Amino acid sequence: MAQTFTKSMARNIFYGGSVFFFLLFLALVFDTESGLPQSDNRAAITDDVARGKLVWEQNDCVGCHTLLGEGAYFAPELGNVYKRFGNSTDAIKAFIASRPKEGVPGRRSMPQFNLSEEDLNAVAEFLKYASEINTQNWPPSIQG
Amino acid sequence: MKYQSQAVAKPYFVAAIGLFVAQILFGLIMGLQYVIGDFLFPEIPFNVARMVHTNLLIVWILFGFMGAAYYLVPEESECELFSPKLALLMFWIFLAAGALTILGYLLVPYAALAELTGNSLLPTMGREFLEQPTITKIGIVIVALAFLFNIGMTVLKGRKTVITLVLLLGLTGLAVFFLFSFFNPDNLVKDKFYWWWVVHLWVEGVWELILGAILAFVLIKTTGVDREVIEKWLYVIIALALITGIIGTGHHYYWIGTPDYWQWWGSIFSAMEPLPFFMMTVFAFNMVNQRRRNHPNQAAVLWALGTAVMAFLGAGVWGFLHTLSPVNYYTHGTQITAAHGHMAFYGAYAMVVLTIISYAMPMLNGRTAANSGKSQVVEMWSFWLMTVSMVFITLFLTGAGVLQTYMQRYTDNPQPFMVVQGRLELFYWMREVAGLVFLVGAVLYIISFFVGGEEPEQA
Ligand code: HEC
Ligand code: HEM
Ligand code: HEM
Ligand SMILES: [Fe+2]
Repeated sequence: MAQTFTKSMARNIFYGGSVFFFLLFLALVFDTESGLPQSDNRAAITDDVARGKLVWEQNDCVGCHTLLGEGAYFAPELGNVYKRFGNSTDAIKAFIASRPKEGVPGRRSMPQFNLSEEDLNAVAEFLKYASEINTQNWPPSIQG
Repeated sequence: MKYQSQAVAKPYFVAAIGLFVAQILFGLIMGLQYVIGDFLFPEIPFNVARMVHTNLLIVWILFGFMGAAYYLVPEESECELFSPKLALLMFWIFLAAGALTILGYLLVPYAALAELTGNSLLPTMGREFLEQPTITKIGIVIVALAFLFNIGMTVLKGRKTVITLVLLLGLTGLAVFFLFSFFNPDNLVKDKFYWWWVVHLWVEGVWELILGAILAFVLIKTTGVDREVIEKWLYVIIALALITGIIGTGHHYYWIGTPDYWQWWGSIFSAMEPLPFFMMTVFAFNMVNQRRRNHPNQAAVLWALGTAVMAFLGAGVWGFLHTLSPVNYYTHGTQITAAHGHMAFYGAYAMVVLTIISYAMPMLNGRTAANSGKSQVVEMWSFWLMTVSMVFITLFLTGAGVLQTYMQRYTDNPQPFMVVQGRLELFYWMREVAGLVFLVGAVLYIISFFVGGEEPEQA
């Protein structure tokens, strides 16, 4: 680099630039926080949904599935599974409850979690809530 | 080795390499499960193998960063480490906590582990990369604080260089952003929003400072180029990294329930994120071309150059590939993401740790500067085997990802996920074969340190 561009200039760009863009980022974050109520479907977060999120986490569903496109890529996207299953929490519950303990021979398998009726219901409600978050029309197809 | 206390780096490096091999083994297990769906089911379900794979990755990289700091900070500061005893104690605590956590994943069902560790008191588990029990997370924070204290005190009492300053900034940022792993609201959108403050602001933010500092250190040592020049480059690189990378976080805020303006902010800023990686490549080659001497450890120089190139390819090129929101709309959460994740993590963070180990290990083993020529030949083989097979892993996953995107999302007649996966088997088999070659490379890396012989002449 040319001599006219000194180390202290580089240092100042680093500190000034980082601080400036971090503050700008924070401003965007504050704005996002105030806009979220319109898109994050928070009105639907009942006790059941909150419990369903915990069931989701404590069984590490995200270790095989994506949810709104984030997670693992081994099993179907579940952010829109409620819609894929014909807007039915019962279908979701039936699917989860019917997984064979020893898996499906030769096929990628989902464990049998032996969820209680409450937990099963809660996780299905959680997936319903997730499917009604405004995701700017993502995913592009119903297949997730 | 100039300072005795640098020796505490050795157990950190040894542990890092050991966990690296274990990580690869679990990768290979998952690679098989991708094609033989019920392989090891229900003993090791895919999600368990995955959390072991990714958590081992993070832990060995952290071991590598800490070892790097313990090695280079005394040398830069020109004084002994503040407390080698504390460093050793933290090593054992971190290793024990890590081992217990991994055993927990493997031995009991995840839900039982959650219950056992009281997850419902402060639920933080069950999110990607943050699967650790809350108690483990608290342990990580304690180890990180003790480590920062030790390194910080050493920097304070000795010579202050740009490298130690940048390293310390990066490590502090690492600890600070990890605190967001404790924030897990019921609101899924907010959970996801702040989850990225750990993941993205690590790998595309503060970790780049650590990467730059370690690379700059190795380049100063192996090329003898004037420190002033290298420090100026370092500032420019990390300035670009943070200026683009902080708001670049927006490339994860397109489809998770956040306002649509993130598509603009995220696309524009993250499209510039390859710049610092590009600069890093130019920097590394420039420094090696302007070298004032030929360091006897040519393997370390190869690793340093390789890091710069592969980080640019994996993070810069493969990141750019899917970062613009109209593209990401189709590729989000597909094998394209996995392709990029692999090459970026390997190219930037795995390779920089392998670089500093390659540079430091001969000295830690009592040599003056380098392993024998024979040893270095083996090590260079390991470099090429791992690097080329990682390129192939990335290409196969990219092929799979393009087809997946098309068949499942782009065509007029989208097919179900499981049907599409069935059609991609060939790609997954090829990935698995490349993964086996990668394993051979990693084993050769270890073997190279046991190949004896005279040190090459200092040229
Ligand atoms: C070990 C991996 C794994 C884990 C963990 C896992 N799943 Fe699955 N899941 C799968 C696989 C594989 C399929 C596809 C099964 C098939 O089509 O035969 C699936 C399918 C589903 C489906 C149907 C999706 C569709 O579109 O057909 C739902 C709903 C589901 N899982 C919910 C869950 C929930 C809820 C959890 C956590 C409690 C969970 N899964 C945990 C592997 C997993
Ligand atoms: C060499 C053989 C390897 C194989 C076969 C392998 C395989 C896999 C598989 C199957 C997954 C899960 C993908 C999914 O969610 O469906 C995964 C995830 C991951 N692996 Fe590997 N892996 C290997 C090596 C590595 C190495 C060397 C690194 C880094 C240095 C690495 C880093 C990662 C990361 C970061 C993820 C998470 C990716 C994401 O979420 O997008 N892997 N790996
Ligand atoms: C060394 C630096 C980097 C590393 C280690 C890295 C690693 C990763 C990983 C592991 C993921 C998957 C996260 C998940 O599981 O959900 C990811 C996602 C992503 N990365 Fe990077 N990355 C790096 C740099 C970059 C850069 C520079 C860009 C842009 C130019 C980029 C663009 C993206 C995008 C757009 C995604 C989201 C993919 C999706 O929508 O599914 N990354 N990265
Ligand atoms: Fe990112």
